[in-house]
Amino acid sequence: MTVSAMATVMPTIVPATRGPRRLLLVVLLAALVSGRAVPAAPTPGAHGGGGDTITVFAAASLTASFQALATAFEQAHPGTHVQLNFAGSPTLVQQIQDGAPADVFASADEANMQKVVEQKAVVGSPAVFTRNTLEIAVVPGNPKHVAGLADLAKPGLIVALCGPTVPCGRYAAEAIAKAGATMPDASQEPDVKAVLTKVSLGEADAGVVYVTDVKAAAGKVQGVPIPEPGNVVARYPIAALVHAPNAGGAAAFVAFVLSADGQRILATFGFLPR
Amino acid sequence: MPRRHGRRPRHAAVPRLAVAFAAVGAALFALPLVGLLWRASGTDVAAALGSPAARSALRLSLICSLAATACSVVLGVPLAWVQARAEFRGRALLRGLTMLPIVLPPVVGGVALLTAFGRRGLLGQWLERAFGVHLPFTTPGAVLAETFVAMPFFVLTVEAALRSVDARLEDAARTLGARPLTVFRRVTLPLIRPSLVAGAALCWARALGEFGATITFAGNFPGRTQTLPLAVYLALESDPNAGIVLSLVLLLLSLAVLVALRRRLGDAL
Repeated sequence: MTVSAMATVMPTIVPATRGPRRLLLVVLLAALVSGRAVPAAPTPGAHGGGGDTITVFAAASLTASFQALATAFEQAHPGTHVQLNFAGSPTLVQQIQDGAPADVFASADEANMQKVVEQKAVVGSPAVFTRNTLEIAVVPGNPKHVAGLADLAKPGLIVALCGPTVPCGRYAAEAIAKAGATMPDASQEPDVKAVLTKVSLGEADAGVVYVTDVKAAAGKVQGVPIPEPGNVVARYPIAALVHAPNAGGAAAFVAFVLSADGQRILATFGFLPR
Repeated sequence: MPRRHGRRPRHAAVPRLAVAFAAVGAALFALPLVGLLWRASGTDVAAALGSPAARSALRLSLICSLAATACSVVLGVPLAWVQARAEFRGRALLRGLTMLPIVLPPVVGGVALLTAFGRRGLLGQWLERAFGVHLPFTTPGAVLAETFVAMPFFVLTVEAALRSVDARLEDAARTLGARPLTVFRRVTLPLIRPSLVAGAALCWARALGEFGATITFAGNFPGRTQTLPLAVYLALESDPNAGIVLSLVLLLLSLAVLVALRRRLGDAL
């Protein structure tokens, strides 16, 4: 019997005069019991009841592509539900370390994945499933005439970058150093989508994001390419997690992302083959 | 105030059942604080607080939250006055608008602020053209975001107090020839002083902890718009222990002020 059912049944079996008081007691007990019964919010699929749920923690830059991957996976496995949680990779690492019930982790860089590996929280070793490169996102029409990374430090330019611990922020710093440019005074955003939002709203003049983000923003921002030798290649690793509530589902989803079908879907979003 | 406490009749004892519920409620607030203390034990507090980034964030937090409180008082007292006393159509709507930032997710509030005061916003593009004023990504922008989120707490507190003022006292002043502004300044405001202070304290505490609207509207520029909650967010990712120590500083700072005020003001808070 569920907690709420218990609470609604009780008043009919206790004497009317003592009713309200008993009811309070029941609710209190129920609250205590249910508090203990849910140690770490397991997903429904964890105990085999009802549909099968796979919980995937993925870097913010994977938002659109993983939504498509999840849909395709669900179509191939009827009855399975893929639950997606997008955030900056360090945020996801923190959540996994704090016991979030995740089955799969897809990071935007190997450094953040390494932190999870060091916690011995990964099944086997992570596999690189795709690659991505950087691009400068500017307001459509490029009114501030940003031609390259060196222009970001120009005075009067408002720049948004990912924070230094977020993969896109570290990659951006790497690329700026490679270009021999000075690091601009920039707003440190929590993830790549926040950078994109600020540029697409026209509040920031420029930001460094992934090629795939510019493609996904379709017309709301314009991309200024970063030429090949100065660019940085981001390698995205994926892994099933040791404490996965749905270990079987985790392995199946990872295999799907690495499969030819999964790779085809990633390519449509501008990701490079692994 | 002790004078009032002495005269107040004693209430009946609180039933044990209510105490039990109260204990659960209190645990809900206390346990996360204990959790932070537990996680932070053994961390080098001095190192976490001594970093230039942390100190600059703390300083900026104090400046911005105090400025936001000042703005809230200057704009909020007249707003509360109008809401409590003026009779006009659309007063319910005005009250709803004042409440809006309390229920709005702060990030949405930040986006809304951008659409209004951003450089492509309704008012923002005009501000930039006419005066060269640019609010997003600036310290005044952080103050604006904090004011937006925190001022409702001040207005609500003061409005409630204004409604409970004994109208006869104000009438007496009026019959003696005082003009409305004088009555408000010399009679009404002193009467609601505890609520003014309490409202300002709540408003300040809310401004101090503001995160979502600030990072969305003002960005996260170290030294310019990176307040302590924003610094905590980034630190949690690179150095979790430092982040937890900074969170504790924020928590204890607000707690100290709220406790101190409660002691001085008694019922008002």
